[in-house]
Amino acid sequence: MRRSAELIPPLLLGVVLLAAWEGACRLLDLPPYFLPPPSAVAAALIEAGPRLAASAWITFVMAVQALIVAGLVGGGLALMVSLHASAERAVRPLAVALQVTPVVAVAPLVLIWAGLDHADRAVVALAALVAFFPLFSGVLTGLKSADPDLERLFDLYGATPLQRLWRLRLPSALPFALEGLRVAAGLAVIGAVVAEFVSGSGATQGLAWRLLEAGNRLRTAEMLAGVLCLTLLGLALNAAVGLVERIVTVRIRVRR
Amino acid sequence: MAEPIAALRGATVDLAGRGALGPLDLIVARGEIVALVGASGAGKSTTLRLLAGLQSPSAGTVTRAVGPGRTGFVFQSPTLTPWADAQANVALPLELAGRPRAEARERAAAALSAVGLGDRLDARPSELSGGMAMRVALARALVTGPELLLLDEPFAALDSVTRRRLIEDLHALWAAADPRPAVVFVTHDVEEAVYLAQRIVVLEAATGRPVADLPTPCAPPRPARWRADPAYRQAVETTAEALEAAMTSQTAETAA
Repeated sequence: MRRSAELIPPLLLGVVLLAAWEGACRLLDLPPYFLPPPSAVAAALIEAGPRLAASAWITFVMAVQALIVAGLVGGGLALMVSLHASAERAVRPLAVALQVTPVVAVAPLVLIWAGLDHADRAVVALAALVAFFPLFSGVLTGLKSADPDLERLFDLYGATPLQRLWRLRLPSALPFALEGLRVAAGLAVIGAVVAEFVSGSGATQGLAWRLLEAGNRLRTAEMLAGVLCLTLLGLALNAAVGLVERIVTVRIRVRR
Repeated sequence: MAEPIAALRGATVDLAGRGALGPLDLIVARGEIVALVGASGAGKSTTLRLLAGLQSPSAGTVTRAVGPGRTGFVFQSPTLTPWADAQANVALPLELAGRPRAEARERAAAALSAVGLGDRLDARPSELSGGMAMRVALARALVTGPELLLLDEPFAALDSVTRRRLIEDLHALWAAADPRPAVVFVTHDVEEAVYLAQRIVVLEAATGRPVADLPTPCAPPRPARWRADPAYRQAVETTAEALEAAMTSQTAETAA
């Protein structure tokens, strides 16, 4: 009851904005290649629906693959680095440098390295590259977030490094790792889109390619439909991570 | 005097950028209860960590005649792992020592029963009140049958009713143990100190050096309902005055 009441204001705003957009297009008689009205976008969404859905699936799969790669590499590296303070000092500047380098600038290079006929690999690699930092940083921060008194307790009872990792640091790191995953999920979609733009020419058939293709033909309504699909994809990925987060958090009942 | 369970002899500790503590001299006999009182920042926690062997002095010696894993430590907060239930939290010291899981869980259940939480074995820390969580922490410290029990203001955050009951229960547990562990506890509360301790050691504010060693009347174990005894009230008053005198003279000394 209360939830549905909370939904009313944003829905209302959405309807008002759409109506204004539709009205403006008709009143000002804008050409549809410049700004099509929402009704035309909806029509394009239906007309190009199957193609867009297939492309969204491709982008989704590439983003998830990238998240898995970034999780394994970022998490694994954080784990190794957490064992030695000097290792962290060595690796952190590199990780930050990687993070601040614009992905667009690196994309053509990665495309060459992955092989021009393996554009899908380049897309996964680039998406993984941008998803790497939040996962690495989240896991590393989490591994060091254990209560110092609990660390002392493990000292007191002579815990082995493995016991300390398994019974104290990994469980302490979990909420931070999940937070990192949430950020990484959004970035992975961005990385995938950028990589597809750069590789161009239909080497991959993800949503970004659909956008490029529709753009080349000046089918602006279909472009907007593609953007809408990307938004929905991002939201779906975010919700999926949120769901994982909730399940894990409830299972271990971490108080946050 | 028999061999002390733990002794600090001329121990000093460098505090990063805040000068040094000590030299500290404190000898703890087997089975006795010592209260440490002093101003905040007087190095009470550091003294406990030295006694626990968690920290090494920069000069002087710490001798400990405690078997491995036979030191119990209760911190200011319960410091339980939120992802494990009460029983698993209490079983932790035994499992870290490599005891079989079944035995550890059984002894943990017994320790929880001893602190009055026999019916809350599978409660998560988030489901426990502050007093109950502290009881779990106490059970965790007692589960290994410690020879030396160190308590760092464990009751400071509890309401007065919960606190009184915990102190009485702690005293009863100590009195019933065979052999009785030596207990060193930090407190600000004279009544608590008089109720539990055989002697009260006053630490100097700036250096943490023991400056007074006040005996308390009525050798423990204290009789039931001792608080209602006029002798107890008298002892609290006498000790409070002696404490005040010790702290005042110490202030005068520091000023001079």
